[in-house]
Amino acid sequence: MEKNHPAYETDALIAEDIDAYLEGHQNKSLLRFITCGSVDDGKSTLIGRLLYDSKMIFEDQLASLEADSARHGTQGEEIDFALLVDGLAAEREQGITIDVAYRFFTTEKRKFIVADTPGHEQYTRNMVTGASTADLAVILVDARKGVLQQTRRHSFLVHLLGIKHVVLAVNKMDLVDYSQETFDAILADYTDFAKEVGIEAFTPIPISGFKGDNITSSPSANTPWYDGPSLIDHLESVELSSTVAQEASFRMPVQWVNRPNLDFRGFAGQIASGTVKPGDTVRVVPSGKTSAVKCIATFDGDLSEAVAGQSVTLTLADEVDCSRGDVIAAGDNPPEASDQFSSTLVWMDETAMKPGRGYWLKIGSQTVTATVQPPKYEIDVNSLDHLAAKTLELNSIGVAEFATDKPIVFEPYSQSKGLGGFILIDKFTNATVAAGMIEFSLRRAQNVHWQATTITRDDHASLKNQKPRVLWFTGLSGSGKSTIANEVEKQLALMNRHTFLLDGDNVRHGLNKDLGFTETDRIENIRRIGEVARLMADAGLIVLTAFISPFRAERQMVREMIPEGEFIEIFVDTPLEVAESRDVKGLYKKARSGELQNFTGIDSPYEAPEDPEIRVNTVDMTPLEAAEYIIAQILPLK
Amino acid sequence: MTLLTHLQRLEAESIHILREVVAEAENPVMLYSVGKDSAVMLHLARKAFYPAPPPFPLLHVDTTWKFQDMYALRDSMAEKIGMKLLVWHNEEAEERGINPFDHGPLHTDMWKTQGLKQALDHYGFDAAFGGARRDEEKSRAKERVFSFRTSSHSWNPKDQRPELWNLYNARKNKGESIRVFPLSNWTELDIWQYIMAENIEIVPLYFAAERPTFEWEGGLFMADDIDRLERVMGKKPEITMKSVRFRTLGCFPLTGAVESTASTLSEVVQETLLTSTSERQGRVIDKDAGGAGMEKKKQEGYF
Repeated sequence: MEKNHPAYETDALIAEDIDAYLEGHQNKSLLRFITCGSVDDGKSTLIGRLLYDSKMIFEDQLASLEADSARHGTQGEEIDFALLVDGLAAEREQGITIDVAYRFFTTEKRKFIVADTPGHEQYTRNMVTGASTADLAVILVDARKGVLQQTRRHSFLVHLLGIKHVVLAVNKMDLVDYSQETFDAILADYTDFAKEVGIEAFTPIPISGFKGDNITSSPSANTPWYDGPSLIDHLESVELSSTVAQEASFRMPVQWVNRPNLDFRGFAGQIASGTVKPGDTVRVVPSGKTSAVKCIATFDGDLSEAVAGQSVTLTLADEVDCSRGDVIAAGDNPPEASDQFSSTLVWMDETAMKPGRGYWLKIGSQTVTATVQPPKYEIDVNSLDHLAAKTLELNSIGVAEFATDKPIVFEPYSQSKGLGGFILIDKFTNATVAAGMIEFSLRRAQNVHWQATTITRDDHASLKNQKPRVLWFTGLSGSGKSTIANEVEKQLALMNRHTFLLDGDNVRHGLNKDLGFTETDRIENIRRIGEVARLMADAGLIVLTAFISPFRAERQMVREMIPEGEFIEIFVDTPLEVAESRDVKGLYKKARSGELQNFTGIDSPYEAPEDPEIRVNTVDMTPLEAAEYIIAQILPLK
Repeated sequence: MTLLTHLQRLEAESIHILREVVAEAENPVMLYSVGKDSAVMLHLARKAFYPAPPPFPLLHVDTTWKFQDMYALRDSMAEKIGMKLLVWHNEEAEERGINPFDHGPLHTDMWKTQGLKQALDHYGFDAAFGGARRDEEKSRAKERVFSFRTSSHSWNPKDQRPELWNLYNARKNKGESIRVFPLSNWTELDIWQYIMAENIEIVPLYFAAERPTFEWEGGLFMADDIDRLERVMGKKPEITMKSVRFRTLGCFPLTGAVESTASTLSEVVQETLLTSTSERQGRVIDKDAGGAGMEKKKQEGYF
């Protein structure tokens, strides 16, 4: 029996009693969901239908829709709902959606935000983006085609992003004569796959986005055999993830410290989980200081309680040190901090992952430098097989370990999206290159203390009567780095200074003999040299390093390891033609003939320093003149 | 268990976005157009930083053709909240006497698009809040909350950063800027409901009243400044007093009035819900260049 569904019957109330209508609207909840499907599964048509049925289309839009339908439409004389949602001009011409678009509609009980994401193969990144904020996923399957590779991929991604509610919408039932047999076969197929992926439960619904069957009411006259809810019924009744998050322990990443005057010091943030009341004991992590909540201050007066999802400002009873990046948490159950993790990564940039390179990592309100290890494996999203991989390319997903330069407060993603989901940002292009989900910490950072020693760094330096420095020579092969560095060291020795010269070729014979010349190995080479240089500087030495070190990002990484003011970047600026004409070691010749691969300047890039502390021009200066010039720049030595 | 309503969730999200920009940008500004969306955005900013006033100035990119009521509310709000108000006039447009009657789309381009770029460059703002919503228009539906502009202020829809969870990447190179839309996920009805619930002051022009109107190129407009109209149009327009209100507010000769008797907030919302013309239709801007008008304007730097 088809029941008369009240989802959209509000027009009468608007006209008769607007205040009653608004009152009802005022207290609706909000559900965010994502629709995933392959090209031609009828995804845009379904969303267009939801907007259309909920009267979210106005007459003028309808008129332009009718005109557009005639021009671009694929549904003959009928209205092509898909045109309502296919947005940008270029896409409209191609007939596919290529980005994430957000749509809004309302029913009697709820407001909805739909993330419309493309089903096209190369756009995994968009789907992951849309899924990250969704409470529920609608996975569309074309009844004529059944479960496809792409259905499997979408389901895997939905599970990966931790979406708990999954709807299997078997669409275009009108094109298979509403056959129960077809529906049951697809259901059986998908059940097997869902288990394999890890999806524990899902809700299958036979629909027709085009004709409207089982969208707002069920069962449709065409599917008398179906006894489940309509799509809207289901969307209106599932539990929201923000409500579920209230049951977990209290956590609020501090976004901003509000100090309008000396009497007020508030910590502003959006509550990631749990609830908070004045008087609650809280702990500021990672410092571990405890205090009590004094008040929850808002524009509308102090609150007696705040819950997960709300943006609030807390004041504490004590003067504790707390700033952006810290997390205020339940006193009896604070989250951990660590600096080494295993995580799942979704690569989102055209430039592949560079293991060993430092990226900005943003999690909650914390931003740190993270160094990612080569992936343990890549996941084939179609077969779920684990593949060996040295890097991750655009749209690939893998499991990798990473280390951060300081401990971060976290929770596994499966427990908290707010403290377990992160993004990686390229330090030079500033692009968001990856999204990640923390699986677990590889160790408890608090258990690995830095060994406190009695003789300090400053003691070492003052015994040697000098200020430690790292003189970092960079330039092309044959530019004269080693020659000049050697000359500088000689002169420093004459001045009774304690030095050590780390030279490229020498280090590669020992410490780094396991490394080759690929981009990844070059990065690791520099990282190790940076660490050695840092230890030597801690011992009070003036360290000279002579390495091509072609990438800005790695030189920056070393700069950040060394105390401020002690890292001196020296650009040995020799044009390629000059260096190549010198060719002391005969390497350029080999590289030109193809005998040597990945040679800087020939088939591997050299990124010149933009703002080095010192620049020497070896065309106009002899090595001795260059060395004297450098010494003059770093005086005084103490 | 407290169930947050949709307005509470939208409010929390917008406040999070506002704070994130203030924490990460060097020199943020709020674009203030004095319309109802601007009013809501400003209200949210007051909540986000309470008890401090919002720690950035308001910028009004003015065309000199706004309604008098808008200028009045603009000045009184800035004073009441204690925020610095910056008003920008494109000098070139002023010198050349660019106006909506003689210059059509050039008026919007010179005063608004070029004026905005000039103001942002002049003050060196690296982040600008705008009140645009995704439900307004098709190409807006795909815009990010943090929208990156090159140093020449252009927008490339193919090269936008993915936004996951509530993590926003606000990093940028020198010269680049971000437009930030804290109201991205609000709908028009949400805006009205929030104005009612929070008792937010908006320009009286949204409510119906007897006003002097004239007809021009098939539309109904309000004669906000009759002398100026006469100078520009070359003749005095024929004025009729009518009970009208406005669904959106822009330059008075570009913003069509609708005949209405809705004089309270709930009547306005009622009319909005029952009406069958979408919000931006009152504005002439979207109709140039067919369906892709707004997208084209954004690539050129329009907000």
